[in-house]
Amino acid sequence: MEGTRRGFLKAAVTAAGAAATPDVAHAQGPRQDPGHEHQTVPSDLTLRVKSLESLLVEKGLVDRAALDALIDTMEHKVGPRNGARVVARAWVDPAYKKRLLENAPAAIAELGYTSGQGEHMVVVENGPKVHNLIVCTLCSCYPWPVLGLPPVWYKSAPYRSRAVIDPRGILREFGTQLTDDIEVRVWDSTAELRYIVLPERPAGTETMTEEQLAALITRDAMVGVARVTLPPAGGNV
Amino acid sequence: MNGVHDMGGQQSMGPVEYEKDEPVFHAAWEGRIYALNRAMRAWRKWSLDTDRHALELLPPVDYLRMSYYERWLRRLAEQVVLYGLVTKEEMESGIAAPTSTKADPPFSLATSSRWLSRGIASSQDASVRPLFKVRQRVRARNINPTGHTRLPRYARGKTGVIVRDHGVYLFPDTNAHFQGEKRQHVYSVRFAARELWGEDASPRDSVHLDLWDDYLERT
Repeated sequence: MEGTRRGFLKAAVTAAGAAATPDVAHAQGPRQDPGHEHQTVPSDLTLRVKSLESLLVEKGLVDRAALDALIDTMEHKVGPRNGARVVARAWVDPAYKKRLLENAPAAIAELGYTSGQGEHMVVVENGPKVHNLIVCTLCSCYPWPVLGLPPVWYKSAPYRSRAVIDPRGILREFGTQLTDDIEVRVWDSTAELRYIVLPERPAGTETMTEEQLAALITRDAMVGVARVTLPPAGGNV
Repeated sequence: MNGVHDMGGQQSMGPVEYEKDEPVFHAAWEGRIYALNRAMRAWRKWSLDTDRHALELLPPVDYLRMSYYERWLRRLAEQVVLYGLVTKEEMESGIAAPTSTKADPPFSLATSSRWLSRGIASSQDASVRPLFKVRQRVRARNINPTGHTRLPRYARGKTGVIVRDHGVYLFPDTNAHFQGEKRQHVYSVRFAARELWGEDASPRDSVHLDLWDDYLERT
């Protein structure tokens, strides 16, 4: 390693390169704590990205403030809280729910969420006899404006490979048990449509406000790997 | 292409590893390479489809070993050279050549939002006629193109029913390779789990794929 930009950029285009959070689970041997893997991200990745950024900035091809803004948007402005507000509104307002199921982009824009890639969103509704699950088997398509960037597991080989052939097994791994009489509908995002699950409103939430409901709604429920549940009795709602 | 990225139906990938309270980015470099990829696409030297195909072209061993954003780093380092934004010499030296063409005006915060908000091209263009209609039974064609395609292997040759017409979109198989947008209808097609996976699958379950006209044929 030459210790200059040169060496790091060269490494970025060669086959060599250490892995951080590889996408294949350790099928053999002990399961590793992902948190631990992240702490061991090789610093040469940091340096290679820095070198590439410096070169592109030097050439006027990017501007650091624009990069900062893109990162800030994903870290602070979009995320599952947006989706939770959409779902909570649909639970308390039947007219909104109707609009959401018929024309999701317009209904989601009503709440002010239009950032992202301009994806064409579709909302699929869970019911007592129907459970929906979202996946992208070919890459990592995900409804950015309402859920933000996808978690590592969603982009990983284990989830992408098995969600279509063994959705019930995947759901069990997430602690979601479905009886045989429930129909599972998997949505593989093969085009530019982006899916979000409208989970079932749990019993016992009849007196909750829209804001209290939104606090119950998780990213996992909107991907379809989990249901929305009430916190254990005695917990804060 | 029949690449390792086309994962639907594989069973050897191990358990899903879940991280509680996962951060958006696990390290600062992940955020930087995410933003660089998004910003550099704004130069319109390549499309989203080209970007997706570039990842599919990674050698399978690298694809599986690398983390998600490590793939993005490899891709961007290759794309900027391949499409003429940076020379090979500049990549090797890490320094912009005095004679190299610099962007004028440079990509900036002021112009980025306009570029980035352009979105994905689609429309309800009535002049593009759908070849199929809702509730029609269709078969996903048995094709094995060596270039980019969004028709996964597990659905090829299988029969399903169109449940929704999503309107008109660019055709990725040609658009990824600069061979034209070939705009056509995309449909949500429902395939019974048993049609895809056989009698062991649940009789109730189904997988829906979004498929372009050119991926489908009449039954």
